[in-house]
Amino acid sequence: MTAPTTHPGAGPGNGAAAADLDGVTRDDASLRRFLHGLPGVDQVGADARAATLATRSIKTTAKAQAIDLAIRMVDLTTLEGQDTPGKVRALSSKAMRPDPSDPSCPATAAVCVYPDLVAVAKQTLGASGVHVAAVATAFPSGRAARDIKLADTRDAVEAGADEIDMVIDRGAFLSGRYLQVFEEIVAVKQACGPAHLKVILETGELVTYDAVRRASWLAMMAGADFIKTSTGKVQPAATLPVTMLMLEAVRDFRLATGTQVGVKPAGGIRTTKDAIKFLVTVNEVAGRDWLDPDWFRFGASTLLNDLLLQRQKMQTGRYSGPDYVTVD
Amino acid sequence: MGIDFDYAPAPESTGIVDIKESYGLFVDGQFRDGHGTPFKTVNPATEEVLAEVAEADASDVDRAVRAARSAYDKVWSRMPGAERAKYLFRIARIIQERGRELAVLESIDNGKPIREARDVDVPTVAAHFFYYAGWADKLKHSGYGETPLGVAGQVIPWNFPLLMLAWKVAPALACGNTVVLKPAETTPLTALLFAEICQQADLPPGVVNIVTGAGATGQAIVDHPGVDKIAFTGSTGVGKAIARSVAGTDKRVTLELGGKAANIVFDDAPIDQAVEGVVTGIFFNQGHVCCAGSRLLVQESVAEEFLDRLKRRMSTLRVGDPLDKNTDVGAINSAAQLARITELTQAGEAEGAGRWSPDCELPQRGFWFPPTLFTEVSTAHRIAREEIFGPVLSVLTFRTPDEAVAKANNTPYGLSAGVWTEKGSRILAMAGQLRAGVVWANTFNKFDPTSPFGGYKESGFGREGGRHGLAAYLEGGR
Amino acid sequence: MAREQARIDVRKTYKLYVGGAFPRSESGYSYEVRDAKGGFLANAALASRKDARDAVVAARRAQAGWAGRTAYNRGQVLYRVAEIIEDRRPQFVAAVRSSEGLSGSRAEAVVDAVVDRLVWYAGWADKLTQVVGNANPVAGQFFNLSTPEPTGVVAVLAPQGSSLLGLVSTIAPAVVTGNTVVVVSSYARPLPAVTLGEALATSDVPGGVVNILTGDALAVGPWLASHMDVNAIDLVGLAGTDGAAEAATAMEVAAADNLKRVRRAPAAEPDWTREPSLSAMTDLLEIKTVWHPMGV
Repeated sequence: MTAPTTHPGAGPGNGAAAADLDGVTRDDASLRRFLHGLPGVDQVGADARAATLATRSIKTTAKAQAIDLAIRMVDLTTLEGQDTPGKVRALSSKAMRPDPSDPSCPATAAVCVYPDLVAVAKQTLGASGVHVAAVATAFPSGRAARDIKLADTRDAVEAGADEIDMVIDRGAFLSGRYLQVFEEIVAVKQACGPAHLKVILETGELVTYDAVRRASWLAMMAGADFIKTSTGKVQPAATLPVTMLMLEAVRDFRLATGTQVGVKPAGGIRTTKDAIKFLVTVNEVAGRDWLDPDWFRFGASTLLNDLLLQRQKMQTGRYSGPDYVTVD
Repeated sequence: MGIDFDYAPAPESTGIVDIKESYGLFVDGQFRDGHGTPFKTVNPATEEVLAEVAEADASDVDRAVRAARSAYDKVWSRMPGAERAKYLFRIARIIQERGRELAVLESIDNGKPIREARDVDVPTVAAHFFYYAGWADKLKHSGYGETPLGVAGQVIPWNFPLLMLAWKVAPALACGNTVVLKPAETTPLTALLFAEICQQADLPPGVVNIVTGAGATGQAIVDHPGVDKIAFTGSTGVGKAIARSVAGTDKRVTLELGGKAANIVFDDAPIDQAVEGVVTGIFFNQGHVCCAGSRLLVQESVAEEFLDRLKRRMSTLRVGDPLDKNTDVGAINSAAQLARITELTQAGEAEGAGRWSPDCELPQRGFWFPPTLFTEVSTAHRIAREEIFGPVLSVLTFRTPDEAVAKANNTPYGLSAGVWTEKGSRILAMAGQLRAGVVWANTFNKFDPTSPFGGYKESGFGREGGRHGLAAYLEGGR
Repeated sequence: MAREQARIDVRKTYKLYVGGAFPRSESGYSYEVRDAKGGFLANAALASRKDARDAVVAARRAQAGWAGRTAYNRGQVLYRVAEIIEDRRPQFVAAVRSSEGLSGSRAEAVVDAVVDRLVWYAGWADKLTQVVGNANPVAGQFFNLSTPEPTGVVAVLAPQGSSLLGLVSTIAPAVVTGNTVVVVSSYARPLPAVTLGEALATSDVPGGVVNILTGDALAVGPWLASHMDVNAIDLVGLAGTDGAAEAATAMEVAAADNLKRVRRAPAAEPDWTREPSLSAMTDLLEIKTVWHPMGV
């Protein structure tokens, strides 16, 4: 964990002295006032800024450094109806040793599976240091009663999940029932016990950047350890501008409260080139404190192989091919 | 905790550019020797001499004007618009095809970051030629008639060498005029490459003539009796001198001059985009932009927080080698400009404003100035009134919209202004009250061939771009 | 002319029209105005440089408010001026007749043209923006609109010959778009300008929008040309004056001090009966372009 840096006078914007967030979540009206008092986001400007960040040219040593960091940040994910223990074991093995031909290749941060497969993953990963993350709370729609969501969460934690990726109730959020969303996150957080909580906003369903910013703050105030863009089941998933907005939110939240929260884009990041754009954005928007698997993750499956191919290219100087990385 | 993510150098290859040892004048379709004293153009990032360039004296200018007149009388004004259009489309295509070469050359000669030359200057240049090419056979619908003026004398600055050329040449040619153009003496190379492009496009000789030189060459163009129209972009001082020179003549004039734009940030602004817009507004192209948002007017209630954010953002600006693809702020164009920036910033400190720059290591050779902001600036300070034309932002505060308007308009200039607020009604009210030719609301430093650009008051007169840009080159635009 | 006990005329000394009031010239000077045949008509105030200065102050003060009126309202106000002139036509006909030495019917025709000209310009108030403005299809997610705005305070050296139609034809295009005007009337033929001032004073045109100085354009013009708070100058009134070319050049040079928009003096006074071109208005306008992103 980071040593929190407090920054007197720096609030979330627009003079709303948010250093004191007490009372903001007292009732629906207060919460609404606070969230709607956050600075607006101009979509065109935000897109343009992200596009400019995407033009950074990361070469040679910086690229090698970025690739290894990106591998270490991957939550290697399988979230399919057809998942089996065999599939999860294979995935877990790969997470521990992504490139069997190269022991210098780092492990991924975690594997991410449905709760019923947590035990399988845990068994394979053992003490490797690779975490097990489980999606919970009626993933991906979140359409279930709260006690079911909480049971889902507890199941996963009891099975050994180190991290829980929950989904927010987008219906409640979009209809303005912010306190309901807030309380649910608080309850899930409680159910997590020692496990870290990642809160999935499903930004593709929130649509506007203003809503993404509000949902980010709502999740952070409710105790999220990470805020995560997407389930991967809804398009668009992890876009660069949305991730940039969430990085702004965690940056501002730390300035306001001293608490650092991580960010996890998930879904749609498939190439090394894309991953590096995200790392550049982390670097220039949130800063180096977030350039660490404890504070930034990629929710991905196919990304890992591309990172490995590029890594091999960097090391050997020749282009590699899919036969030289493992199928999952 | 986190790693240092140092971007390794990412240099753009210069192999694509072939800089000659010396360049002549482009007159009547040929490169010729000049009769003045040749001068050298340097790479401002390294101070290395790039090439020797001919200086056009009055006789050379005369020859160029005659060539332009002859081409006007015999060829260009008689050519059907649809045919003129095709030449301009050809030029636009060649610019696209040779875009990388033009961008690299622009960056080397000017000092601007390759990212900007590549992503902004050159694409906009091509777009400008495409836009006006399409007008050439549609002038009867322009509202200004179809009659060209004759020979246009055009004098352009060093901040956007090729883009300013495009702004001048494209509409002039589309309307049936021929041109004698003088690029700035510190940045002649892309104009000379453009001359080659004219040859490549088989543009009839004399339609475009490019004469290089400094102020005397420009004066010779302005004073030449065979020139029907003067188009100038540059300083207000020179613009006034031109206005005096042409007094009592029939010469038409358009002037695009200096500015001291206010970028007004209200407390309800989309704050991250506003920070970005302020940064773009003043640090784009090292602040060598006539419409730069050089005065930040921030509402007092958010001033402190906004400045914190601005400083944090400025700290991520990458200053250095213009040819590195990751450079955000390049070299100051010349020693003379660096001296002016230095002088004005010293005046700012002497007058009591608070100076701040992020930590940044500047190269040893070349002309460099770090991104700088001044706080506690009052409207009486020189840095709040004079155009610095460098990466220097003066920060002032305001309390009410009326005060913002009053301070923003409190300048002899009137080129551009910025407004940042999420309140639509306020944007429109502010836009109505700001005395500036371009108002960017919740954005800044955006340019497009279809959109007219030009100033109020001492920022000049006439518009470039859009349908309005045709008025400067047609009889009916009088 | 034989008259019994002829009544002694009340000889008039006309004043300036500045800021909606009728001040004497600050200098105290006036000059004799004679008709086309040399007969005494009246005394007119001889405007000085200080009158010009005061008029610019009045015009500047009135400008924002006038420009801030709706276009519809400016059109109505101008149309109302046409109505007033129509209402007072004998007075205007007499002024034109005596000043320009025209026959009654020709003078009538001039006043007809003046009224028609004002009606024509009044109608432009809420149309010009549509004709000379543009929506611009920029290559990006931006709303982009160019609209004309008044340049500000306009100095007009009114035509020397056409003392009413020429005068109205130079004032109306300036004010209809929201500029305010300081006009120097025809030197030899100031009475129609004086009459116009009196009509304006009883109209809905706010004080300071039109400021009328009677006097010598060659004397007052240079002060207006060099005035740093004047945004534009129309030199048309120099046409036909002695040394017009030199004066026009000198004033254009002076106008460069703050880069005024200059309408140059033509070689000869234009034929004011012809339908004006839009440039009479557009030369005194600025095109403002506003950008705004379009996003959700």
